[in-house]
Amino acid sequence: MLEELEQIRAEALAKLAEANDAKALEAWRVAYLGRKSPLKQVFTQMGKLPPEERPLVGKRTNEIRREFEAAYEERAAAIRQAELRRALAEERLDVTLPGRKPAPGRLHPVTQTIRRISEIFAEMGFQVLRSREVETDEYNFQLLNIPPHHPAREMQDTFYVKTQTEDDTYPVVLRTHTSPGQIHAMRMMSGYTGEGPLPENPPPLRVILPGMVYRYEQITARSEIQFTQVEGLAVGHNITFSDLKGTLADFARRMFGPEARVRFRASHFPFTEPSAEVDVECFLCGGKGCNVCKHTGWLEILGAGMVHPVVLRNGGYDPEKYSGFAFGMGPERITMLRHYIEDIRYFWSGDLRFLEQF
Amino acid sequence: MLIPLSWLKEFVEIDIPVEELARKLTLAGLEVEAIRYVGLPMPKEGKHDFKISGLEWPADKFVVGAIYEVKPHPNADRLVLCRLDDGEQEHIVLTGAPSLLPLKGKKLEKPLKVAYAREGARLYDGHNPGWKLITLKRTKIRGVVSYSMVCSEKELAISEEMDDIIYLPDDAPVGMPLAEYMGDAVLDIAITPNMARNANVLGVARETAALLGKPLHKPSLEVLAEGKPIQGRAAVKITNPELNPRFMLGLICNVEIKPSPFWVQWRLKMAGMRPINNIVDATNYVMLETGEPLHAFDYDVLVKRAGGKPPTIITRTAHKGEKLTTLDGVERTLDEFTVLVCDTVGPLSIAGVMGGEESEVTDQTRNVLLEAASWNFINIRRTAQKQKLSSEAAYRFSRGVHPALAEVGLRRVLELMRQWSGGTVAKGFIDEYPLPPKDPTVVITPEDVRRWLGISLTPHEIADLLTPLEFECKIVDDTVYAKTPPHRLDIGEGVIGKADLMEEIARMYGYDRIPETRIADELPPQRPNPDLEREEHMRDILTTLGLQEIITYRLTSPEREARLVPDYAKEPYVELVNPIAPDRRAMRRHLLPGLLEVAERNARFRNRQALFDLGPVFHPREGELLPDEPRRLAILLTGDRQLPHWESGEPPKMDFYDLKGVIEALIEALHLGEAEFEPAEHPALHPGKSAQVSVEGIPLGVFGELHPEAQQRYEIEGAPVLVAELDADAIIDLIPDGYALKPISPFPPVVEDLAVVVDEAVPAAQVEAVIRKAGGKRLVDVQLFDVYRGPQIGEGKKSLAYHLTYQDMEKTLTDKDAAKIRKRIIKALQRELKAQLRG
Repeated sequence: MLEELEQIRAEALAKLAEANDAKALEAWRVAYLGRKSPLKQVFTQMGKLPPEERPLVGKRTNEIRREFEAAYEERAAAIRQAELRRALAEERLDVTLPGRKPAPGRLHPVTQTIRRISEIFAEMGFQVLRSREVETDEYNFQLLNIPPHHPAREMQDTFYVKTQTEDDTYPVVLRTHTSPGQIHAMRMMSGYTGEGPLPENPPPLRVILPGMVYRYEQITARSEIQFTQVEGLAVGHNITFSDLKGTLADFARRMFGPEARVRFRASHFPFTEPSAEVDVECFLCGGKGCNVCKHTGWLEILGAGMVHPVVLRNGGYDPEKYSGFAFGMGPERITMLRHYIEDIRYFWSGDLRFLEQF
Repeated sequence: MLIPLSWLKEFVEIDIPVEELARKLTLAGLEVEAIRYVGLPMPKEGKHDFKISGLEWPADKFVVGAIYEVKPHPNADRLVLCRLDDGEQEHIVLTGAPSLLPLKGKKLEKPLKVAYAREGARLYDGHNPGWKLITLKRTKIRGVVSYSMVCSEKELAISEEMDDIIYLPDDAPVGMPLAEYMGDAVLDIAITPNMARNANVLGVARETAALLGKPLHKPSLEVLAEGKPIQGRAAVKITNPELNPRFMLGLICNVEIKPSPFWVQWRLKMAGMRPINNIVDATNYVMLETGEPLHAFDYDVLVKRAGGKPPTIITRTAHKGEKLTTLDGVERTLDEFTVLVCDTVGPLSIAGVMGGEESEVTDQTRNVLLEAASWNFINIRRTAQKQKLSSEAAYRFSRGVHPALAEVGLRRVLELMRQWSGGTVAKGFIDEYPLPPKDPTVVITPEDVRRWLGISLTPHEIADLLTPLEFECKIVDDTVYAKTPPHRLDIGEGVIGKADLMEEIARMYGYDRIPETRIADELPPQRPNPDLEREEHMRDILTTLGLQEIITYRLTSPEREARLVPDYAKEPYVELVNPIAPDRRAMRRHLLPGLLEVAERNARFRNRQALFDLGPVFHPREGELLPDEPRRLAILLTGDRQLPHWESGEPPKMDFYDLKGVIEALIEALHLGEAEFEPAEHPALHPGKSAQVSVEGIPLGVFGELHPEAQQRYEIEGAPVLVAELDADAIIDLIPDGYALKPISPFPPVVEDLAVVVDEAVPAAQVEAVIRKAGGKRLVDVQLFDVYRGPQIGEGKKSLAYHLTYQDMEKTLTDKDAAKIRKRIIKALQRELKAQLRG
């Protein structure tokens, strides 16, 4: 009997090794672990054995059955693995086919640039303030130390708005710069209305003034009738020209890279004195000279200066006690430089081939 | 302003290369925009700080030549052969210079000095238009060998003149390199309004001397006056000193009108002016040199007008409708603010702007009366603008010329005229000077310098920076008293004067030497800025919803906006006095027309578009100077719902519900509150596919599918166009400061479906409202998942199927609980909407 058992075992394990799929495996299970399995037969014939053999045969039979079960599980797992491998192999994709992209939305590049600039200055304590785009001549020019017929008006070609006035003056303009925001900001902080004595002790002030401005120009690859500006203004008891240099140098390092240097050239704006044009070392060629910087190694990026005493006073700050600096820059120009854009007209075109690249 | 280097060197020693000088001037505020090289060596390729142009004349290629004989060309009438000495050997040079043709075969009294270019020289093509560099090569022209050239101004890049060759003065040394003889470089300097005093060679020389630490050699103001005194031969009367603070006259008699000396003409050309004759050239020369514009009258014409008596010059404003024919031959009607220089008969010239035709100097003029005056710059500016007249004089006077310069200019011009014309200068001047300027003294302390510039300077250091600019500085204790020199009008008084001098101190100290520091001042108080933060937040949400931000032109026209809605043309617009074009003459009142123009352009190459524009529109306000600038949000969707993909076949197009979904998602993301939608009418929208959205009873705007007729007016085809124009201010106002989250139940939800059939006319929103109300607080979600119409449910009916989610915060709901809620909902639907339960 025991011999017979060993024979069954050897035969069964050999067959199990041959079972290569789920079907063959199931057939084997029915054959060797089912009701009609040879092991069951052994049990049914147990009575015919001599009593002393019975425990031995019984024990061995159980051992073999457990061995069969274990071998079955092992084999089943192997077959499942193999089948899964086969199935997965059949599901193989061409991974080079294009993916299914969600349709993303994007901010306009100018919005992105203005945000970047604003964020950098926000960390230096400057808060964003915006003001209207259709302005009075008073805020756009006069309070900024540009009286009527001042030569500086020629530097800015102005769009005048039709209004009912009796003489031939036009008191309303499309703002030619974001600088009227300087007066709005100072008056907001100082509470000055433009009349009466200057406020006693207005608080210091640091603002960033982004927005759309307008100039009477032809629309070309280099000039636009509307463009954005970001202006900055700091007023306090102890704000110096060297602070202006340091602030813009810090800004340049964050905006254009840790190596970016700035260069100040004397210039003229009616609302600042001393005034400066600020060049940033060309971040495209590292100052070696390239087409973009016209081989000078420098890019004209900002205008800046110390706030003119007349402007401080118009804002409600006594120029004998307070000083301040102001600066301005063009987000389109910065965007154009960073991305090698040669035509400013793309910005307001709405051309998706342009906008979707940002 | 064109400044020839050679002229500058007359007043200040310059021992640095021209580029280095240009760099120093630029940093100090005299921005050199370009350098034109006229013969001098040009910088090589690579990095250079300035725009450069011109031509280098290498010493071995361009020299002074002398023509000894002009011979006919054997085969060409219009060409000649010149026997020319270049200092080394004799050459036969072939040329067609018209001035040499008549000299063919004639004996020359003296050799003609010319600019000679040897074989291999690179120069500009002087026979064809445009600027093309050529190299002189050996060739044969009509059978005669030619390898070199006598040059015209164009060929040497001096001017555009190419009709004839240049003749040099007789004393030009033969064989001397041309660059050494007359090579120059011209700085093109942009003069900012505060630098008006430097719109002349002396001004730039003063700055140069100060920056280089060299002395300034001013020209002599001596006049050799040997004629009968001017007193009694002319008189001046000023009627308004505010407009005319000073008026001077000088007289020179028996002048011989002829061309100016060669080097005078050369300098005028280099500075961009055309030489005319010795009298006109002298006034221009002195204006360029000193900055004082001068005017020359034909004295005899004035005497004649005065009936043979000495003329009296009167300055006054014009009478209404008064007329004058100016030098340019235009008869001008003058404004009452215009200042005129008149005699007793009438106007002679527009003061400071342009002379009159009648009294101008002509070839017959013998005696010249010279005007040197000063004028109110604002008035001159107004006049020049009103008359649309630009002149070198107006350019300077409209920026301010110090009255002290009148005498400087008058002395200088009389002496130069005398030298160049052989005339006799009358002794003395007529000088009316009723209103000298203040020339303020500005008080500066080291503390001022520290407070403004952030640098420490001693009083002596401050004075040393200002003195080279001709400020007279006195130091008392710790204070510098700086008196403004009598050539500048840009220095104010008090604290303004301080600011003016801070600029001068900073410029002379060097902007590059001022250190970079961080603001040490107190940090300002921070204020809340919700309006801006919310607007930017809204932009972010819109991009997460898949929309591309567009910024369009705010300048448009009512007609352009009326393409969307014809009635827009009747609305009031913010209109411009001086638009660049009729279709950009007004500020937009609406956002959608601009966004549709963008979509129209993109439609040529893009099927799918999802856009938004968030910005101000401009509405004139009755009785107010300034318009209202409310913010709007426009959204536009059109084309495929998804981006194109290789497996999707023909994807569905976006429709009303895509746009509505965007708006719903926006309202949810901004936590505005419960949105309500109701059918709306809008002239540009499909009447059945448009809705108004409101939150808490506040209307936010109308959206929907573009009316087919409106869509036809734009070139967008193949798919519906969905548009919204919403009130961004209202949305921003509705964004709450904070919001509470709904609690999340730890107990499992029960989800079941409910399908009801209602009349077509019953809006879905109403069905949902009834369900929600009846469901109570345990009904936590209602999700419409199917809308069905068909024969099974009958005509005029629709079936709406919902997933309903029940949940309780305190316990797990039983089937019994769920059944109770369901029953309540069904009952309410039956009662309020006559709804039937579907299968």
